[in-house]
Amino acid sequence: MAMESSHHIRVLVAKPGLDGHDRGAKVVARGLRDAGMEIIYTGLRQTPEMIANAALQEDVDCIGLSILSGAHNAIVPELMRQLRERHMDDVLVVLGGIVPEPDIPALKAAGVAAVFPPGSRMAEIAEFIRTHAHRRPFEL
Amino acid sequence: MARRFRSPYRFRIRLNQVLDWTTISGVPVQPVYTAADLPPDFDLDRDLGRPGEAPYGRGIHASGYHGKLWTMRQFSGFATAQETNERYHWLLSQGQNGLSVAFDLPTLMGYDSDDPLAAGEVGKCGVAVDSVEDVEALFHGIRLDHVSTSMTINGPAAAIWAMFLVAAERQGADWKSLRGTLQNDILKEYIAQKEYIFPPAPAMRLVTDTIEFATRETPRFNPVSVSGYHIREAGSTALQELAFTLRDGMEYVEWALRRGLDVDAFAPRLSFFFNAHSDFFEEIAKYRAARLLWHRVMTERYGARQARSTALRFHAQTAGVSLTAQQPYNNVARVAWQALAAVLGGCQSLHTNALDEALALPTAAAATLALRTQQVIAHESGVTGTPDPLGGAFFLEKLTRDLQDGAEEYFRRLDAMGGMVAAVEQGFPQREIADASYRYQQALERGEKRVVGVNAFAGEEAAPSILYIGDQAAAHQGAKLERLRARRAAAAAAASLDRLRRDAGTGANVMPALLACARSWCTLGEICAALRDVLGTYTETAVA
Repeated sequence: MAMESSHHIRVLVAKPGLDGHDRGAKVVARGLRDAGMEIIYTGLRQTPEMIANAALQEDVDCIGLSILSGAHNAIVPELMRQLRERHMDDVLVVLGGIVPEPDIPALKAAGVAAVFPPGSRMAEIAEFIRTHAHRRPFEL
Repeated sequence: MARRFRSPYRFRIRLNQVLDWTTISGVPVQPVYTAADLPPDFDLDRDLGRPGEAPYGRGIHASGYHGKLWTMRQFSGFATAQETNERYHWLLSQGQNGLSVAFDLPTLMGYDSDDPLAAGEVGKCGVAVDSVEDVEALFHGIRLDHVSTSMTINGPAAAIWAMFLVAAERQGADWKSLRGTLQNDILKEYIAQKEYIFPPAPAMRLVTDTIEFATRETPRFNPVSVSGYHIREAGSTALQELAFTLRDGMEYVEWALRRGLDVDAFAPRLSFFFNAHSDFFEEIAKYRAARLLWHRVMTERYGARQARSTALRFHAQTAGVSLTAQQPYNNVARVAWQALAAVLGGCQSLHTNALDEALALPTAAAATLALRTQQVIAHESGVTGTPDPLGGAFFLEKLTRDLQDGAEEYFRRLDAMGGMVAAVEQGFPQREIADASYRYQQALERGEKRVVGVNAFAGEEAAPSILYIGDQAAAHQGAKLERLRARRAAAAAAASLDRLRRDAGTGANVMPALLACARSWCTLGEICAALRDVLGTYTETAVA
């Protein structure tokens, strides 16, 4: 069997925290699907643990978090810890929503590859994921 | 590597043309409108009524704003009750004349600030309220019978209202003189904003309990503000906002009628809340169409006899979704004309967004500028001189009529589904909105729709300084809750919660039990946990 089969990038679009504003998450999910990616949308009110479990089960290449509530400083480090526990820290994690500029360096240090503010173009988000989502080859 | 050369001259020519002649909702706009675009028998006085006359297309007051300007009511809340109270005193001192409380997400979802699910969220999107103690701190130094207070709360609305009524009672205020509005529109939570707790049917029962209670106990308080704002923010068109909101309002009327209430006893206290979005004429037409439709359904469908039951009153808020993080000062211009549309559409109350709201919650300076924008419109623009000054314009009348017809068509489809609760359970309005939202995003990506500073005339600009809310509120609320639980009479609190579980289970009106809980210092988290035990919780089927 050819191991080099062209592989659809799998993206988990996740909406953590208590916030229910899901317009951004839904628009991005559809946009990435139209860009040829496979999208799994978690729905609302996911804890970091639920997101890490979904990422593992769905074997995704990328997690796209949508957070508008200001809870990113609590949610992102916890998600990263949960991913490390599952040896999933090679999954590309990107964040979209309302994130104050001063918070961005700490989020990047925690492992967020990119933060997309309101007004980001779909093409830009898709291009970033395509360029950076490369999981390590599976090793036994 | 060679770079493609773009002539700046050609670039400018393209940007000086509008590529897409549709409204922001995608409705085609002709170059010219004439009388031929209206029905041959169109009669402004008969079809819309003169200002202050049924069917209220031109407004609910004969003299427009001559008697009274709209209420300038800035939605505000952040961090702790003490900090928000300071903002309220500042806004009132600057000429604001109504309060509007923004609660944080744990409060909106019915969790105490020290609940594990509240981690990182306390005080971030609004003010944290855990008990009557916090409500008292929120309104410290403000007489609740002297100012009208709007509260944006839905899932736990009945519980928060009970806390508000107890705080008012402790100030010595008579409930009969309290003026204000509880948002309490749970249907649009399932449709758009998604801050629901209980399943739709028990949640509708709680809303009906508040309507019934208000009818008896708080005759000047609006127990429900039927809200299109969030539907629009979720990406709907103007027509969808109009149709779903009015059909939601009709659903509340039907539940109250089934409860045995007289339509004229509660309908005058139902109020509405619409978005003031960017498409100027479409928005003005939307408000006019809303009044015409509401008058028609209240008289024809529900047999209302009193004029006040059929005259739609509304609050408007400028469109948060239209604000840009890029070149944020442009937002001042957007907010000004959105607010102007609301005023020309005859709003009773208005919130203007602050320029920094795509970045964070507003600073005091940004919130003050937003209030000043309303004051400039009210006192300098001259548009308050006469009601519905654009009435009779062919374009506006055509838009108004088409919105009415489109909403009637949606009513028929929603009725056929079995009403709004059934439609929500089938995910119909949710899908319609998600589709519209994606269509708009595609139009933006293709450059057919333009947003200045984002996909046209983009360029970096210095960012304003923003309000940064740290995590101190969580620690403060946690300590306060610990002291409260230690201090209160535990047996009385437990007994009130038992009574609440019992009443929620039997179908009795829960308001008396909720008031007892508030008086015995039960926390919002405890009250909502008791209600969840009995009423259950709701999880939507995620569709993207």
